[in-house]
Amino acid sequence: MIGVVVFPGTNCERDTARGLEAVGAEAELVWHGDDDLTGVEAVVLPGGFAHGDYLRTGAIAARSPVMTEVVRLATEGRPVLGICNGFQVLCESGLLMGALIANRDLRFISRLIDVEVTDTDTVLTRGLESGTRLRIALNSYQGNHRDPTGEARVVVRYVDDPNGSQNGAAAVANASGNVVGIMPHPERATELILGSADGRAMLESFARSVETTNV
Amino acid sequence: MSDPHLLAPEEDALVASDESSVAPEPEPVHRRLGLTDEETERIHRRLGRDPRPAELAMFSVMWSEHCSYKSSRTHLGRFPTEADWVVVGPGENAGVVDLGDDWLAAIRIESHNHPSFVEPYQGAATGVGGILRDVFTMGARPVALWDQIRFGSLDQPKNRFLFDGVVAGIGGYGNAVGVPTVGGEIAFDESYGGNPLVNVMCLGVLRRENLVLGTAGPPGTMAVLVGAATGRDGIGGASVLASASFDEDSGTKRPSVQVGDPFEEKKLIEACLELYDRALVVGVQDLGAAGVSCAFSEPAARAGVGMRVDLDAIHTREPGMTAPELLMSESQERMMVFVSPDLLDDVLEVAERWEISASVVGEVVAGETITISHEGEIVAEVPAPALTDEAPAYERPFGEPPWMEDLWSNTVGFMKTPAVGEALQSLLDDPSIASARWAFEQYDHMLYCDTLVRPGNDSALLRIHGTPKALAVTSDGNGRLCLLDPRRGGARLVYEGALNVATVGARPLAVVDNLNFGNPEKPDVMWQFRETVEGISEACEALGIPVVGGNVSFYNETDGNDIHPTPVVGLLGLTEPVPSRLPTLDRAAEGMEVWFIGLPDVVNLAGSAFEQTVFGHIGGRPVAPDASMARRVNELIRRLALDEVAAVLHDVSDGGSAVTIAEIAIASGVGVEIGYRDWRHLFCEDPHRVVAVVEPEKVNTLVLLAEELGVPVERIGWVGGTTIVLEGPMGVRTELGVDDARTLYERAIPRRMG
Repeated sequence: MIGVVVFPGTNCERDTARGLEAVGAEAELVWHGDDDLTGVEAVVLPGGFAHGDYLRTGAIAARSPVMTEVVRLATEGRPVLGICNGFQVLCESGLLMGALIANRDLRFISRLIDVEVTDTDTVLTRGLESGTRLRIALNSYQGNHRDPTGEARVVVRYVDDPNGSQNGAAAVANASGNVVGIMPHPERATELILGSADGRAMLESFARSVETTNV
Repeated sequence: MSDPHLLAPEEDALVASDESSVAPEPEPVHRRLGLTDEETERIHRRLGRDPRPAELAMFSVMWSEHCSYKSSRTHLGRFPTEADWVVVGPGENAGVVDLGDDWLAAIRIESHNHPSFVEPYQGAATGVGGILRDVFTMGARPVALWDQIRFGSLDQPKNRFLFDGVVAGIGGYGNAVGVPTVGGEIAFDESYGGNPLVNVMCLGVLRRENLVLGTAGPPGTMAVLVGAATGRDGIGGASVLASASFDEDSGTKRPSVQVGDPFEEKKLIEACLELYDRALVVGVQDLGAAGVSCAFSEPAARAGVGMRVDLDAIHTREPGMTAPELLMSESQERMMVFVSPDLLDDVLEVAERWEISASVVGEVVAGETITISHEGEIVAEVPAPALTDEAPAYERPFGEPPWMEDLWSNTVGFMKTPAVGEALQSLLDDPSIASARWAFEQYDHMLYCDTLVRPGNDSALLRIHGTPKALAVTSDGNGRLCLLDPRRGGARLVYEGALNVATVGARPLAVVDNLNFGNPEKPDVMWQFRETVEGISEACEALGIPVVGGNVSFYNETDGNDIHPTPVVGLLGLTEPVPSRLPTLDRAAEGMEVWFIGLPDVVNLAGSAFEQTVFGHIGGRPVAPDASMARRVNELIRRLALDEVAAVLHDVSDGGSAVTIAEIAIASGVGVEIGYRDWRHLFCEDPHRVVAVVEPEKVNTLVLLAEELGVPVERIGWVGGTTIVLEGPMGVRTELGVDDARTLYERAIPRRMG
């Protein structure tokens, strides 16, 4: 079962759970105050504005009780995915390298954009071929990924840089590929009537990773 | 209490003091609170004694124009408000209609014009917060927002500042609170240079069993204030600020603008929705304009009960707040929930889990008196109806302005054909017509994955997840049209809305209106208002659409100059079942045919964008709508959408059919070639007309349907190539590359904003 974490201010939890269920996964909402995720095989930190983005985006959420469990699961090699605000939380919690700052043009960006998969050895991209281009939804103000070390592992890149991210990073993974943060929303591009169904392939890849992960 | 020295400290706390202009004779406190001498006399008579300071404060906010509709109430009764599917009509926090299968929709529109002029970001942001509360107060989850915003020319730095701040405020609040902003209107006109208009509309969806009303419930019910702490921000802000005109001193009103906290509101939404799901409340009232004064008196008046209130129980942001301050504060993100005592612990538990504060501040009692205590003393004893139903209602004088005849006869005499290509380029570069992408891409319009038709089309379409139903929502305003004929103009907005929702297959269900006008103390303005109400009412009656709610914003004037009369009409429709492909602007493709639906040979240019943009002219008289034609055209369009006959449906509106066609070409990235008989056909904005793009094999269906319904249709061209071609009589031919058109259209706002 995939746990979809709800912080106060999270708003993409239902969209994310539905997107995962649409590709055959089992998803349940998990409360930020839970400090025992026994039985949860994988975690998604969905988009939104956890704690209003106050203090610093993701900083308060990264210190929630549930995050000790998320760190445990990540360390055990379980699939962990952060989307948009969830990506910011993963960076703040130290599970991913770098940080997300305001977009280059200092404006919120809400549109479908094209990304290219550049690394297929992660829980999000395992089922895809390198070079695959996908149209998914970018909806963020602090989407500009910066990594002073230059060592963050970029696994999905923007085709046309919308926000100034270093190395065009749309998604970043840890060394073992089980923890991924992605700024655009694959769950918002899962039906043609919404403008694109390309995001399904990523959610399918993640769901399959959950089935095949042996700890 | 009549000793002025006793009043003095309260007075200073109530009204920002102006050190620089100490007058020898200070104005009486009631006037500084916006109450007239006559109104104060009336309060005396009703109470049978001098009002106490706290009572005066309550009356001042509850009897303000914004809260009491005192200048408009006598006219608003004209609106048709009944239909079988209306569940809650005007008078509650939002209108509610039945969608079938126990689904309901709640809708509401509001203005935040004056706060947005004083402080654009927070003014717009708190407008969003307020309209959301109106909707989730009814038990609905807010699912979408629209904003209708109007400013002076973008050539002025001040207007760019206001536009930038308002868009940022709408996005900043709407995105963070987690409700998609899926459309709206953006217009620029000198008329709004000294008084921008910021209207906001919200749609919510609920199950029938979750419907809650703003009632206090029977004696013994507890009043629980939940949400943000009460502070000194926005003392009398929306109510008093929105009820007066602007002058050079408006900058000093800044402390009256509230500050929004979308995170607090998000928690409040989730907590309240849980309260409704678990049936833990008997009634709910949001706190907006007039703060707790309103939140006690309106639910009590509706339930025919009184209330005992302890102001000391209110959780505050700062110590030492006086009773009038507590009663008038418009601090945001607060709700009053009315709870049966045996469920109080459950309510407090929900509030605690969502990390919002909750205080038991009062109890419902028999009778009609609201008794308020503060620091151990009774500071107010007021009958609830005196604050609400018994608020003054004025029959303001009205009369047709003598200048209307001059305006109607002031038409442009065209000696020769203007340069069609140049005119089209000017129109595409007009920020009121051009792409609003600069704004809507700063709004999260995709959240919830239910936005089937996105901004940039005639109507938004929002799916109700897990059902075959979708809600079509659009809004229209047109100040020029309404200046030239407020009755016809008001009516045409309703017709345009109904046609817009038809393009996504919807049947109209309800109208909400936001009536933005100048100073109601001027007979000219009251005449415009009255005519507009009449026009909207006539159109709603002709189409069988009830008005389920609205808002009136008067005193939109600066230094004595009134804005154009600018009603904004929001229209809600239902599409069921949702077709698999929707006729959005981007679906035209090589080889398709272009058809014109509705009367083709009309030439009226009064109030058109063409005359304004190309000649800087406004005059003449726009045509009256044709109810019979409208009903037939709307039905044809709805069937073309539902049966997937048309690939694209786009109504002829601002800029005329030339702009309609260019917008289709730009969105689809393909050329369109059409012929016309008279150049005026290209720019005429007469109502009930649509451009359809149809695959050749579906043309027969279109023609048969049109014959059946008695609607004129005509093939005017085809789709193909990379150029917009307008072919006129005698070999006159205008060409504009689609890429060039797109550059003009997409860059019009960004290039002005820098």
